Amino acid sequence: MDVTIRVKRFDPEVADPQSYWQGFTVSIEDNGTVLDALIKIREDYDGAFSLRCSCRSSICGSCAVRINGHAGLACKTQAATAIKDGVITVEPMGNMPVIKDLVVNFDSFWDKIMEVQPYLKPEGPEPQAEYIASNESMLHLSDVTSCIMCGSCFSDCTVLEVDPSFLGPAALAKAYRFTADPRDGNEKGVSKDRLEELTKPSGMWDCTRCMECVQACPKGVAPMDRIMALRDQAMEAGFTNTNGARHTEAFSDSVGHSGWLDELRLVPKSVGMTNVSALIGYAPIAIQALTHGKMPPIIHKKLPDAKNVKKIFDKVEKPMERD
Amino acid sequence: MLEHDVLVIGAGLAGMRAAIAARASGATTAIISKVHPVRSHSNAAQGGINAALTDRGDEWEDHAYDTVKGSDFLGDQDAIEVMCKAAGQALIDMEHFGVTFNRDDEGRLGTRAFGGQRRARTFFVGDFTGQALLHVMFEQLIKSGVRRYEEWFVSSLIIEEGKVCGVMALEIRTGQLYAIRAKTVIFCTGGFGRVFEPSTNALICTGDGTALAYNAGAELMDMEMVQYHPTTLAGSGVLISEAARGEGAYLLDKDGNRFMEKYAPNMMELASRDVVSRAEQTEINAGNGVDGCVFLDCRHLGEALIMEKLSQIREIGIDLVGHDMIKEPIPIRPGMHYAMGGIRTNIDGQTNLEGVYAAGECACVSVHGGNRLGANSLLDTIVFGERSGNHAAEASRDSEYVEFDVDEAVSKEEKRLQGFLDRPQNGDRIASVRLAMGESMNRNLAVYRNEKGMKATLSELKDIEKRYETVPVDNKGKLFNTDLIFALELGFMLDCATPIVMSALDRQDSRGAQARTDYPDRDDENWMKHLVIKRGASGPELSYAPVSITQWTPEERKY
Repeated sequence: MDVTIRVKRFDPEVADPQSYWQGFTVSIEDNGTVLDALIKIREDYDGAFSLRCSCRSSICGSCAVRINGHAGLACKTQAATAIKDGVITVEPMGNMPVIKDLVVNFDSFWDKIMEVQPYLKPEGPEPQAEYIASNESMLHLSDVTSCIMCGSCFSDCTVLEVDPSFLGPAALAKAYRFTADPRDGNEKGVSKDRLEELTKPSGMWDCTRCMECVQACPKGVAPMDRIMALRDQAMEAGFTNTNGARHTEAFSDSVGHSGWLDELRLVPKSVGMTNVSALIGYAPIAIQALTHGKMPPIIHKKLPDAKNVKKIFDKVEKPMERD
Repeated sequence: MLEHDVLVIGAGLAGMRAAIAARASGATTAIISKVHPVRSHSNAAQGGINAALTDRGDEWEDHAYDTVKGSDFLGDQDAIEVMCKAAGQALIDMEHFGVTFNRDDEGRLGTRAFGGQRRARTFFVGDFTGQALLHVMFEQLIKSGVRRYEEWFVSSLIIEEGKVCGVMALEIRTGQLYAIRAKTVIFCTGGFGRVFEPSTNALICTGDGTALAYNAGAELMDMEMVQYHPTTLAGSGVLISEAARGEGAYLLDKDGNRFMEKYAPNMMELASRDVVSRAEQTEINAGNGVDGCVFLDCRHLGEALIMEKLSQIREIGIDLVGHDMIKEPIPIRPGMHYAMGGIRTNIDGQTNLEGVYAAGECACVSVHGGNRLGANSLLDTIVFGERSGNHAAEASRDSEYVEFDVDEAVSKEEKRLQGFLDRPQNGDRIASVRLAMGESMNRNLAVYRNEKGMKATLSELKDIEKRYETVPVDNKGKLFNTDLIFALELGFMLDCATPIVMSALDRQDSRGAQARTDYPDRDDENWMKHLVIKRGASGPELSYAPVSITQWTPEERKY
């Protein structure tokens, strides 16, 4: 099968380096992958074309690139399915500076992994034999430890794009891998120190739930879901004194009580009623809303069938209480 | 000046384990790897890690016997004893480090059956045990304070008067060349799978350490023992774990018959790998396959089990050949997988060169002999990685750096590397030269071998080596010049290829992975011995070494 592939090139060693697109038509097996096509370029046309790749079976995490605008593993993507309007478009991942062609600099990715103290920290004494733990708990963790650190989620994270200080999906999923481990933390398996650290700004509450990381992840780790689970863990551990935690509580209080969101009171409840400077910061938004006729009503009335909404809340929360 | 008591080359499981051990023993330690540690090929070990846990009623002696038998009695029994005795603690250490092993109903570590073993002693994390171990080992490496040179390529070993002085290494990101001094060097560079095409091995498995050590005068042992794994996927040859058969999958011919009945009536699909691969190849040669493949059938295992324990290989089948093993058998064939042979070491990882160690797949202790049992490779890396790290740390404590002319070493190596860049562009391309080597090796040094074929490959290699002299390097720059790296790697692969073929030609019997149609029987009288190969003044020199036999007398192997 012949495939046409457009790759974004970048040579840092020429005068005034600029990235540019280059097209190749290469011949690969019918069930060949995008990686097969990229390797063909390197082997048959231009040895100077640089990319990282190694295992060819989605386990080493080297060959993550953006294919048709979205991050993923080149070795896991069948070329035939990636052809859009007759061409496959491949460029380096986002949110990381390009070193050469498809090779990006992972320093910031790894710095963030290091920030979450990525190793098991049991507080109690070590048992002689193995720790006793349920198979379910280990299987649950294995879904997260199957993360291969390819950087796909990091590349497509929309928060990192505007706020490079955000810990990001990979590091937060890695953190969850420990907070959810019954061996980590105190004798009940609660990792209080970690959770406290992760509730700080740039941590778990900065995710905007755009789902990009879930889509990008080639291993089903679903980083965003782990971040949401981290939030539950943090609130359960008593770390409720954060904007995010208060926002969550105010949101569910309002909807649970009246059947819909009291937007006017959401802001002061989230940032804190006495947090005057933060409240003043919201003043321009409030004024804008007012002048555009978008000001929420001052008196927040219950919906007629609010009790049905309450029933949904009860149903959702009950099994959690049982746990 | 960069200098370290212990310098570990390669950051897979063996390398990281060695570095952590050396650091814990107080040595200043660094680890250098051409890829980031978590990209290492230990990732690809899917099925599990063997250990005989006494609190499960298992005995290390039973594990050792299975290993000895699996090796076709070529494994050194003293080394196998060391490994199997240490296995339990090594496994528990990994669990304590944080590996998320699957559990049994009581919350203890769960096991699965694996080939060539009489009881289930393979501990596992789904079907990605290697990846799970590798990432946890990296976590411990971070904690340990070992200096990491990530994406640095070791281009040569510096030896003065038989003693190691250090290495020359290229920082890939900048293209800058450095001399790194070291009192001891531990090679943990993995296998040389890319010498063959196809191979289950990652593109980075190019035998770098094996070649560097060999070129510096280290002895290689049992290089002819190359394992063909029974279940590699049609097409790309990617690995499909033995865990599938461990969980109960069948091997079928084109008519749906379980042909292993004919070859291993007791163990069936779970006979040792060499036995199963030969059975498959025999069936394929007899016309009982389809397009050079037989079939792995998992359908009867059920969706739930496959999703819990074999989900990643299922994905591979879907991604690469479009077959879902829940619904249909997948086409597989024997494929080059593992090097039992390598740099000859003792049980502490020491080679014949002072200060040079080796551990993991690049080493030959020998615990695998003629054929490695599945799930013994992860164990090998951890046990002998740790032992090498400990010994090297101890040895470096009382020794001094060996002096050498650093400037001269750097400028000499710079000139050599520049030589690659300065070549004219008219030679054969790197990939085509490698392909010629790989296909020749796979044609004549695969499951079945004979003198005629191997001699043909030996002479083809001479021609290929000539073509290598003029392969062009397109990339003339410094930053991330992978083209130059590939050229150097191809040189390493060729350095490995000839010793493999020469050893295989020399061994005139069939044992373990070496099955010769011209010498079909095992000949203990003449060939119960290791083959040692060393670079001499006028080419490779072969010699022999005795096999250590402690308590298991060689016998005929039946499964």
